[in-house]
Amino acid sequence: MTETTYVKAINGALAQAMREDERVIVVGEDVAEGGPYLATEGLSAEFGRERVRNTPISEGAVCGIAVGAAQAGLRPVVEIMFIDFITLALDQLVNQAAKAHFMSGGQLSVPMVLRTQGGSGGRAGAQHSQSLEAWLTHIPGLKVVMPATAADAAGLLRSAIADPNPVVFVENKALYFRRESVADVAEPVALGRAQVRRRGRDVTIVALSRLVGEAMTAAERLAADGIEAEVIDPRTLVPLDLETIAASVRRTGRAVVAHEAVRTGGFGAELAAELQAAAFDYLDAPIQRVGAPFMPVPLSPPLEDGYRPQSDEIYAAARHAVQWADVEEPVPAGELGAGPTE
Amino acid sequence: MAERRGRRRAEAPRTRRRRTPAAGLQPETALDLLTTMWRIRCFEERVAKLHHSLQVHGLVHLSIGSEGVAAGVCRQLRDDDAVYSGHRAHGHALAKGAPMDRVMAELMGRSAGLCQGLGGSMHLVDAEHGLMGATGVVGGNLPMAAGDALASRLRGSDRVTVVFFGDGAVQAGHFHETVNLAALWELPLIFVCENNGMAEFTPRSAHTKVASVADVVAPYGFERQIVEGADVGAVRTAFGAYLTQARTGAGPFLLECSTHRRSGHYEGDQQSYRDALADAEWAQLDPIARLEALAIEHGWIDEATARRLTAEADAEVNRAVQFGRDSPPLTAEQAAGLVYAS
Repeated sequence: MTETTYVKAINGALAQAMREDERVIVVGEDVAEGGPYLATEGLSAEFGRERVRNTPISEGAVCGIAVGAAQAGLRPVVEIMFIDFITLALDQLVNQAAKAHFMSGGQLSVPMVLRTQGGSGGRAGAQHSQSLEAWLTHIPGLKVVMPATAADAAGLLRSAIADPNPVVFVENKALYFRRESVADVAEPVALGRAQVRRRGRDVTIVALSRLVGEAMTAAERLAADGIEAEVIDPRTLVPLDLETIAASVRRTGRAVVAHEAVRTGGFGAELAAELQAAAFDYLDAPIQRVGAPFMPVPLSPPLEDGYRPQSDEIYAAARHAVQWADVEEPVPAGELGAGPTE
Repeated sequence: MAERRGRRRAEAPRTRRRRTPAAGLQPETALDLLTTMWRIRCFEERVAKLHHSLQVHGLVHLSIGSEGVAAGVCRQLRDDDAVYSGHRAHGHALAKGAPMDRVMAELMGRSAGLCQGLGGSMHLVDAEHGLMGATGVVGGNLPMAAGDALASRLRGSDRVTVVFFGDGAVQAGHFHETVNLAALWELPLIFVCENNGMAEFTPRSAHTKVASVADVVAPYGFERQIVEGADVGAVRTAFGAYLTQARTGAGPFLLECSTHRRSGHYEGDQQSYRDALADAEWAQLDPIARLEALAIEHGWIDEATARRLTAEADAEVNRAVQFGRDSPPLTAEQAAGLVYAS
């Protein structure tokens, strides 16, 4: 075992992939200098500036270059420094990369990885703090990965680079420098396999990225209350391991879905919809959603701290789900129907 | 080295044609170019009819008037040289070697089409013949072509990448990002602009103050040249010189071909925004009429051969239409299997 951090694990996985496969190249703004979070530190020294290529601030073209290089047989890993800037690359990602295999009738494939990072907490304001992964999960042809731990960051990145499809790899800046013990050599972690982080019988908490850790903290508090929460980290949103999550919900009868993104239209909505369909007869409470309010990320530290979903919100949502039968009387059937009509 | 200064449109045409009346063409080359152009012309005239009778689907953009560019460029390329095209791609596909029957079947949405009927007119791909992608998003192909050229550079290959675009793409952000990167990285990429003076319904003057596309790339140090697109010999000669250099890894280059878009922006466009050309004017702008006259004048072909070329092209089109009609569309299950590569 080795002590490492999330960002060092990513760095190590990149280096390992580049050593094993000369088709792997790294492209992006300042990547040859290591980038602002040092995710690519040392790569240009080991592999040269041809394979570790700095680019101008041209996200659209840089993403397109990765698409074209991938179609020509390379395995580019392109870095978009903040997920907020993915907006500038969406034509290439959504209209080109995601559709090339399908629209060419299977002739082309785009084995590229777009690494980026999102999340709030950096006091950086609303253009450097968003969580936009739900947009990308809406696009057939893309895969979307959100590692929550250093070990998964390395293992999932290995699999993403080996995958023949465009994979958006969404890191979280708040996790970058957390210390963690990992295996000496990162073994690939298959895409599409959820991880049960904690076993429990009373409520299932499905949490993404940074909120996995928050869910674990909430689960400790719930345990002190006598409530055993099961915590599941989907790890990849597309493909989604719905079976593992649904099996848990069928057992516990209650579910909380939690992410840092704005709740409205967030991936939690997709999870809730799929879970109610897969486990309707087993649910004892409405599925609870935890996410940020419908507001751009505020800069002011007390406002940002209040805005970010934390373990408190997950704890409260889980309590609410568990206590549901006690606090809410079922509505008599005759009173269902149209809402206020005035 | 070829001349580094852009040739202004007004200086280009007649003197050049008269000085080298055969434009460096051998009789067999002229015959090949004529054959190629007639195949494109007959194909597209038939496509227009099939579109009106709802047998060819979707948004269809014809290249009648610019066949000389497709033929003059693509007939010099190898199968492993990559071509990226845009929404007006039929001519490029046919000239690059895509079998006509499979192109027609693609436009008809049939499973025997190049892309199994999933791409259609704007998204033709024939990887076997190096047509690596046509895109319906104007300018979206430019960065991908740069990525393809980067892949050649990193592999030490003498493959050359060609990207076709219209003057309408030049006002898009991707164009400027890609031009900058191609110049910065000195990619073996040949930009071929079909400047028909129209961006959809409006003339170039309504879109930009810059007179020519060559002027736009001038500050980046591109080798560049403006030729008359209707003079297929001039296109061939100018492109050939760039191709020879690009084979050695040099680049990028811009070949700006002034062309006339005989038809509307798309099939069904009423063209209320412009007047039809007089026949005599069109005869001067028609690359086929021009080369045919030249070939007859030089005794390379006689009138009977000219008629035979059209008849053969028409017969090939008839066979292609039948080929398309005989092929069923994919099933929904087959299409669903092509969303991701495995």
